[in-house]
Amino acid sequence: MPRSSSRKGTTNLKESGNSPVMDLFRGGSSKSSSKDIGRHDQLFYTYANHSLDMIDPDGIVSLCSDLGVDHTDVRILMLAWTMQAEKQGYFTLDEWRRGLKELRADSISKLQKAVLDLENKVRKSSSFPDFYSFAFRYCLTEEKQKCIDTESICILLDLVLGCQFRAQVDALTQYLKHQTDYKVINMDQWNAFYRFCNEINFSTFKNYDPNLAWPLVLDSFVEWMQLKRGKA
Amino acid sequence: MKTNFSLITSLNMEKGHGELFPKLQGLQFFQIFLKILNQKNLYKQLQQRDFKSTRRRRPCGSLSPGNRQRVYLLDWCSLKITMNQREIIDFHHGWQFMQNGITKLKSILEGAAETHFTSEEHIMLYTTIYNMCTQKPPHDYSQQLYDKYKESFHEYITSTVLPSLKERHDEFMLRELVRRWQNHTVMARWLSRFFFYLDRYFISRRSLPPLKEVGLTCFRELVYQEVNVKVRDAVISLIDREREGEQIDRALLKNVLDIFVDIGIDQMDFYEKDFEDAMLKDTGAYYSRKASNWIVDDSCPDYMLKAENCLRREKERVSHYLHSSSETKLLEKVQHELLFVYATQLLEKEQSGCHALLMDEKVEDLSRMYRLFSKISGGLEPVANTFKQHVTAEGSALVKQAEDAVSQKKAEKKEVVGLQEQVFVRKVIDLHDKFMAYVNNCFLNHTLFHKALKDAFEVFCNKGVAGSSNAELLATFCDNILKKGGSEKLSDEAIEETLEKVVKLLAYIGDKDLFAEFYRKKLARRLLFNKSANDDHERSILTKLKQQCGGQFTSKMEGMVTDLTLARENQTHFDEYLSNNATANPGIDLTVTVLTTGFWPSYKSFDLNLPVEMVKCIEVFKEFYETKTKHRKLTWIYSLGTCNVNGKFESKTIELVVTTHQAAALLLFNTSDRLSYQEIMSQLNLSDEDVVRLLHSLSCAKYKILNKEPSNKVISPTDVFEFNGKFTDKMRHIKIPLPPGDEKKKVIEDVDKDRRYAIDASIVRIMKSRKVLGYQQLVSECVEQLSRMFKPDVKAIKKRIEDLITRDYLERDKDNANLFKYLA
Repeated sequence: MPRSSSRKGTTNLKESGNSPVMDLFRGGSSKSSSKDIGRHDQLFYTYANHSLDMIDPDGIVSLCSDLGVDHTDVRILMLAWTMQAEKQGYFTLDEWRRGLKELRADSISKLQKAVLDLENKVRKSSSFPDFYSFAFRYCLTEEKQKCIDTESICILLDLVLGCQFRAQVDALTQYLKHQTDYKVINMDQWNAFYRFCNEINFSTFKNYDPNLAWPLVLDSFVEWMQLKRGKA
Repeated sequence: MKTNFSLITSLNMEKGHGELFPKLQGLQFFQIFLKILNQKNLYKQLQQRDFKSTRRRRPCGSLSPGNRQRVYLLDWCSLKITMNQREIIDFHHGWQFMQNGITKLKSILEGAAETHFTSEEHIMLYTTIYNMCTQKPPHDYSQQLYDKYKESFHEYITSTVLPSLKERHDEFMLRELVRRWQNHTVMARWLSRFFFYLDRYFISRRSLPPLKEVGLTCFRELVYQEVNVKVRDAVISLIDREREGEQIDRALLKNVLDIFVDIGIDQMDFYEKDFEDAMLKDTGAYYSRKASNWIVDDSCPDYMLKAENCLRREKERVSHYLHSSSETKLLEKVQHELLFVYATQLLEKEQSGCHALLMDEKVEDLSRMYRLFSKISGGLEPVANTFKQHVTAEGSALVKQAEDAVSQKKAEKKEVVGLQEQVFVRKVIDLHDKFMAYVNNCFLNHTLFHKALKDAFEVFCNKGVAGSSNAELLATFCDNILKKGGSEKLSDEAIEETLEKVVKLLAYIGDKDLFAEFYRKKLARRLLFNKSANDDHERSILTKLKQQCGGQFTSKMEGMVTDLTLARENQTHFDEYLSNNATANPGIDLTVTVLTTGFWPSYKSFDLNLPVEMVKCIEVFKEFYETKTKHRKLTWIYSLGTCNVNGKFESKTIELVVTTHQAAALLLFNTSDRLSYQEIMSQLNLSDEDVVRLLHSLSCAKYKILNKEPSNKVISPTDVFEFNGKFTDKMRHIKIPLPPGDEKKKVIEDVDKDRRYAIDASIVRIMKSRKVLGYQQLVSECVEQLSRMFKPDVKAIKKRIEDLITRDYLERDKDNANLFKYLA
C-alpha cells in the first residue's frame, strides 16, 4: 500500500522566514543592501556551474578546498542547513544568498571564519534538533525516498552526534551493523535516536520503558545492550 | 336496640346516688359496664377519643355502628355521675382504698392463695380513680395519683423483686428474672387498668409518659440496670456450655433475651448494647480459641467439616433463642474467626489443603470449601488461584508427557506418527471435561472459576508440543476424526460430541488463524481427494466453529464445501456435454473440480508438461467451460490431480492410482525404456525438489514401478530409470502415495503474512476513527480487535506502526512522542 505523497521533505524549508536557522543568527543585520547581494552573487558565480546556474558537486569541492574544510565535514552539512539547501551536492543562488546573509559573510575569508565557527554555534543552539532532522532529509536523494540504509545512517550518526554522545553512537552503530531485521531507517526512527540519546540514562537504561512508543529498533537495541552487559 | 337503651336508663334511675361504692342492686349495671370495659376494641377506641366527646352525647364518627349505642351508654353514665353533685373524696381516703387493691394484687402475684379480683372490685378501683381525677380543683388528685402509681412499682420492686433476684445466681437468677418480669407485666397490666382514667385525660393532656411506659421504665431502671450485666454473663456462659455440647434450657434463654428486646419497647438498643455486643465478642473469643487448636490438629477437610457444623449450629441457635437480627452478625463473626483468620493456612495445608484436595479429587470437600469460602470476602480468590495452578500443572504435565513420547520415538528413529498427537488432544479434552465438571458442580459455576479454568488452559494450550502448535494439533485431530479410515472409530454421536469439545478447546487457543489455515489445508485434502467420511459432520463442525468464532472465520471453509457440491453438478453437465458431442470426447474419463480462488489454500501451479492425452482432455474441458461462462480464467493445479493408470506388467495388468505428476512421469516410459534424471526433469518441466519426490515414490518406496540405477534409496541427478516390467503385486488395484511436501512451513508463513495485513488494517481502522491516539491505547485497541483471531505480539504491532509511519499513514506527534496522528 505505498503512498505517493512526499509531504515531509520540502514543506519546512519553504517558510524560511520562520525557520529555526533565523533564530540562530538573529541579531545580525536583517537589512541587506544591494551591495551585499552583489558580492554574494559574485562569490556564487566563482563556484557555480554556469550551465546549471547552481553550485554543483565540483563547485562544492573547490569551495571546500578554499575554505580549508573537508567536504565530508559536519560543518559543510551545517552550511547546507544554514542555506536550507534542498538537494544534496548542489546550492542554488537563493540558498547561497540566504546562507551568506545569515552568516554575514561577503567574502571567502569571512565565509571561512564563519564556517569554522559554525559547529560551535549550531551545537549550542536550541535549533540543533532541527539541524538533526535536516541531516536526515538532506540525505534523501531519490524521489519518494523515505528511508536511508543503515550503513549511511551509521556514518551520519557519527557525524552529527558523534562528539556529543560518543558512547551511544558507538553502541548504536555496532548494533545496527550486527542486526539483520532492519536494512533501512526512517525519519521517525532517526528522530527517536536523538531523543533516546538525550533522555535515556545510557549506563543503566533505568528510565527506558519499552512499553512506551519507542520504535521497535530501539527496544531491540536496549535488549541487545542489556544482554551484552549481562554477559560481560 | 332502642329497648336496651331505655332499660339501662331506667335501671340507673332507680340507683341511689352519692354513694361511693355501688351496692348490689346496681349489680346489673356493673356487669354491663364491665362488659363494656372488657371489650378490647372499645377500650382502644375509647382511648382514642377526645375527652370532650365523652361529656357530650355525640357519637364518635370513628366507631362502628354496632358499638355506637354502647358508647352512648358510657357517656351517659359519666355524665350522670358528674351531674349529680358527688361527695368529695379526699386523697387519703381514696388512696387507702387503692392501696388495698394494690396489696391484693401483690399478694396474688406472690402466689398467695387469694381469690382473683371480682369484676366488682375492679370496677370500684377504676371508679375511685375516676372520681379522684374528676373532682374540681383543689380536689383533683391526678398528679398525686400518677406519682403514686409510679411509687407502687418502686415500692414493690425494691421490697420484693430485687432482694429475691439478688439472692439467686446464674440459671436460677435467670429463672427468677423471667418470673419477675412476667409478674411485672401482669402487675403493670392490672394497675394500668385501675389507673386507666389517668391515661385518658391527665397523661395525654400533659404529654407525660403513659402508664404502661411508666411501669416499664420502673422495671428497667430498678431491675434491668441492676442485673443486666449479671444476666448477660449468665446467658453467655449458658451459650458457651451449649456450644460444648451440654443440654441447656433454651426456652429460658429465649425468655430472658425477650426481656432485652421488650425492655427497649420498639428499639433494639438494649439488646444490642447490653447483650449482643458482648455475646459477639465472646463468640469471637470462643471460636478463635477453637480455631487455633483445630488448625494445628485437624486436616483441612476435618477443619472445614467442623467449621460448617459450627456455622449450622450457630444458625440454629439464632432460630432457637437469639433475636433474628443477630444472625448475620453472629455468622459473620464465626466465619471471620474460623475461616478468614486461617484462610491461607487452611488452604495451604501441605497434606490436605486445597491443592491436595484437587490432587486427590475430593469433590465433596472441594464443594464444602467453595460453600465456606464463598461467604467470606476475598475467600474464593485463593481457591480459584490454586485451582488454576493445579489445572495448569496437570495440563503442562500432559504437554510434557506428549513431548517425551515424541522425543523417545525420535530417539528410536521411528517415524513420528500422528497417533501421539491424537492421544494428546484426547487427553486434553478429558482434562477439560473433568475440570469443567468441577467448575459446574463443586464451584457452582462461579465466574471466578470459569476464568481460572480458561486462564489455565490458555497457558498450556498455547505451549505447543514438540514443535507443533496446538492449533495444528487440533486441526490434525479434527482431520483424523473427519476423514475416511481415520485412527478413531467412533459412532456418529461420539463424533459430534468430540467435535463439539474440540471447538470448545479452540477457545483457549490464541492462534485461531493458524488453526483456520491448518484446518483449511486438511479440509481441502479431504474434499479434493474424496477422503471426507461424512458430509454432515463436515457441515456440523463448521456450524460449531461459526458459532464460536464468527462467520468471517468459517466463510472460506463453507465456500470450500459449497464449491465441491457445485463441482459435482458441473461434472454432471460436463458428462452430458461429452455424450452429446461425440467428437469432443477425449477418450479418457475426466473429472474436473472447479474451485473458487480465495476460498482454498494457495497452491503452486506448475507448468507441468502434460502428456498429449491429458492436454486433449484439458482443451475439451476448456471448450465446455466457455459454453457456460465467459470472462473466467481457469488455472490448472496438476499437483492436486489423481490418475488411474493401467500398468501392463509381465505377469498381469495392475491399475495404479497415482497423482497427475506421477502419471506424467510414468507415461514418459511409453516412448522410451530408459530415461535419465535430467531427461525426466526437462521433459516434465518440474523443479528438482518435485522430481526427486516423485521419482522416489516410484522407484524407492513400497512399489517399485521403475528400476533405478544405481539401486539405492536416494535419488541423485545422475540416476537412470527404467520401466520395471517384472513388477507385480497380489492386488489388482494399488495406490502409490506421493508424500506431500512440507506444508507446515508454508502455512506458518502464510499466516504470518496475513497477520501483518490484519494488524495494518486494524491500526488504520482505529486511527481513521480516532485521528489522534496514544500508543498504549492504540496497541490495546488493536489487540482487542484482533483477539478473536490471534493474540498479536506487541512487538509485531510496533513494527507495523513503524512501517505505517514510513508509508505516511501515521505520524508521531512532535511534542508528545507517545502520540500518533492519522494522516488522511
